[in-house]
Amino acid sequence: MHEDKPENQNMNTLKTDEQHNILPDEWTMILRPKRNLLDINLHELWQYRDLIMLFVQRDFVSKFKQTILGPLWFIIQPLLTTIMFTIIFGNIAGISTNGIPKMLFYMSGIVGWTYFSTCLNDTSQTFIKNASIFGKVYFPRLALPISVVISNLVSFIIQFVFLCMFLAYFMIKGSDVSPNILVLWIPFLVVLMAGLGLGFGIIISSLTTKYRDLAHLVTFGVSLWMYATPIIYPLSEIPEKYQLLVLANPMTPVVETFKTALLGVGQINYLHLLYSFVFTVVLLAIGVVIFNKVEKTFMDTV
Amino acid sequence: MPNVVIKLENVSKQYRLGNVGTGTLSHDLNRFFAKTMGKEDPTMKVGVSNRLDTVDGRYVWALKDVNLEICDGEVLGIVGKNGAGKSTLLKLMSRVTSPSVGEIKIKGRIASLLEVGTGFHPELTGKENIYLNGAILGMTKKEISSKFDEIVEFSGVKKYVDTPVKRYSSGMYVRLAFAVAAHLEPEILIVDEVLAVGDAEFQKKAIGKMQSVSRSGRTVLFVSHNLTAVEQLCTKGILMQNGMLKMEGKVHDITSAYKQMSVDENELRRSGTRVIEFLEYKMSDMTGKTIDEVFLGDNFMVTATAKANEKIDFCDMTLDIRNDANEFIGHINNADDCFEIKNIAKSNTMSVAVMVRNICFAPGTYYISLWLGNSYGTFDYIENCIRFTIKQGDKFIQRPYPFDKRAKTVLQSTWSFK
Repeated sequence: MHEDKPENQNMNTLKTDEQHNILPDEWTMILRPKRNLLDINLHELWQYRDLIMLFVQRDFVSKFKQTILGPLWFIIQPLLTTIMFTIIFGNIAGISTNGIPKMLFYMSGIVGWTYFSTCLNDTSQTFIKNASIFGKVYFPRLALPISVVISNLVSFIIQFVFLCMFLAYFMIKGSDVSPNILVLWIPFLVVLMAGLGLGFGIIISSLTTKYRDLAHLVTFGVSLWMYATPIIYPLSEIPEKYQLLVLANPMTPVVETFKTALLGVGQINYLHLLYSFVFTVVLLAIGVVIFNKVEKTFMDTV
Repeated sequence: MPNVVIKLENVSKQYRLGNVGTGTLSHDLNRFFAKTMGKEDPTMKVGVSNRLDTVDGRYVWALKDVNLEICDGEVLGIVGKNGAGKSTLLKLMSRVTSPSVGEIKIKGRIASLLEVGTGFHPELTGKENIYLNGAILGMTKKEISSKFDEIVEFSGVKKYVDTPVKRYSSGMYVRLAFAVAAHLEPEILIVDEVLAVGDAEFQKKAIGKMQSVSRSGRTVLFVSHNLTAVEQLCTKGILMQNGMLKMEGKVHDITSAYKQMSVDENELRRSGTRVIEFLEYKMSDMTGKTIDEVFLGDNFMVTATAKANEKIDFCDMTLDIRNDANEFIGHINNADDCFEIKNIAKSNTMSVAVMVRNICFAPGTYYISLWLGNSYGTFDYIENCIRFTIKQGDKFIQRPYPFDKRAKTVLQSTWSFK
């Protein structure tokens, strides 16, 4: 008798399983302990596009609430940094700018770099900063870092327009700068900056859920990284033996091309750009996979 | 055959105890090596069943082997003590975290309300927050726009909808947040204790809204410590204990089992200096037989034995009677009967018997708390240590249908024509 019972139970489960097999797609979702590494639900992310845009709006609105100057701060920031750099690196240290007006040289570098670094800094805190929301409700977690990249894009565009006005002023004054056809590359460069910032950011944010050490590294790491990128010096000024080191930095070709397109000095190297592109794609792929794996259980460790 | 919309198969959830973060690297490496060697995850074995006082074992099972099927249109109440795994269960189902073992299958759109006002930003206006919060909960912008007026109407903050929510009173804040959540229209709704916020009037409104949601045929999962709300809303219930599903059934069976459990588990709250302390106490009928059920109008006895640890000159004893909503209904004191408890020598034991006559509280569940003390302080106080039920019967009142639940006491009356 005792042995009969389990068999009966098995029969029952078999039956229900058969019923389920008739409609294999009957379940909307099945939550399992582990899922396939590559099971990335971009379709779901698309369904939440309204949320992404509302996050962008939130960031934008909340940033300038109760400020007098409001969005003017987007411009003041790079302007003051440019003045600082001009005085210190241009006038005191006397670093060459390849004959380009110093202000213009620094500002174009800063505007491009700022977009990348804010993307990286802001997305690298995704999990820790939003733990209280993530702990209470589900939405595709990638929505947050993506919204950060988009809202930073808005500030980048404002700064870029300002940079163009600056450029126009110097051209009227007769400086030797010549924006050229390479400006068509700029949208692509912006995608690379965003991709690199996002990629590094989400990898770091995934790792910081367990190991907080990285969070400390990021802030000053990014500011050190700037010096390894041709922002305050032209690539041509780098001594031969360090050239490879600077070129291994995926941001180097991006910033260099950005400057070349706007200022017309320097050379575009398509091979270097291809390197940056491949680097970005691989980085993003790795980032999304890690992020995707962490997002399911990070609430237990954060 | 009813349509199963949520199915949990052997669901377990393991948590790490103590300071997560220190030593995680070595644990991770351990796991990694075990995995590459093709062995079982070593951390999976050391877990012990969930007990709040676990000291040994660095992992704990917050949920263990939960199997559950929830059908379309069911309103399921989940009850259990703190730490029984209720919230973990809801977290798993709302995808905030994933199970360590087992599978959860879900059919239909699911929305969870583990907190009101998730993602509210203080700087944004009420209107902006309605959109943001709605989107976080899974609505599209279009859906929110179509319900916007309704939401504002329900929340009652129409005048302030263009003011940043940081200027709201906390009541307004909660009302607005709940209004957004109440207008979600998922097939499955998960609610955790959110009705515990706001004033009484708002709670009533919230429960009313929940009732209309459940009547519209949607599946609702509801966690609450407010058993009255659970009984009002739910059709079915489950009782969780130590991370395991202890009981499943009709909501009234579940809530009464839960009430019984809280007395049985001897989790008595006790306070006082204990210069004299209770040893035993019981409730009995007039023949001395222990009972836990009386009929309206019955007499019963409460007997308590207490031991004096020091010499007691003078002492009072009271019985507090509370109903299952923890409302204070009755109070009995030895002075009521000019009875004095005095001059008890050290180490002596005294036994006091109190007869309560013609009990006239509305039928239901009651708890008696025992107190010993004097005007200077409490010697011993045991909260809700005796649980008993009053049944209507036909001795006290002859009403052939159940007594009105809203009333707290039953009065005898004589009717006549004139």
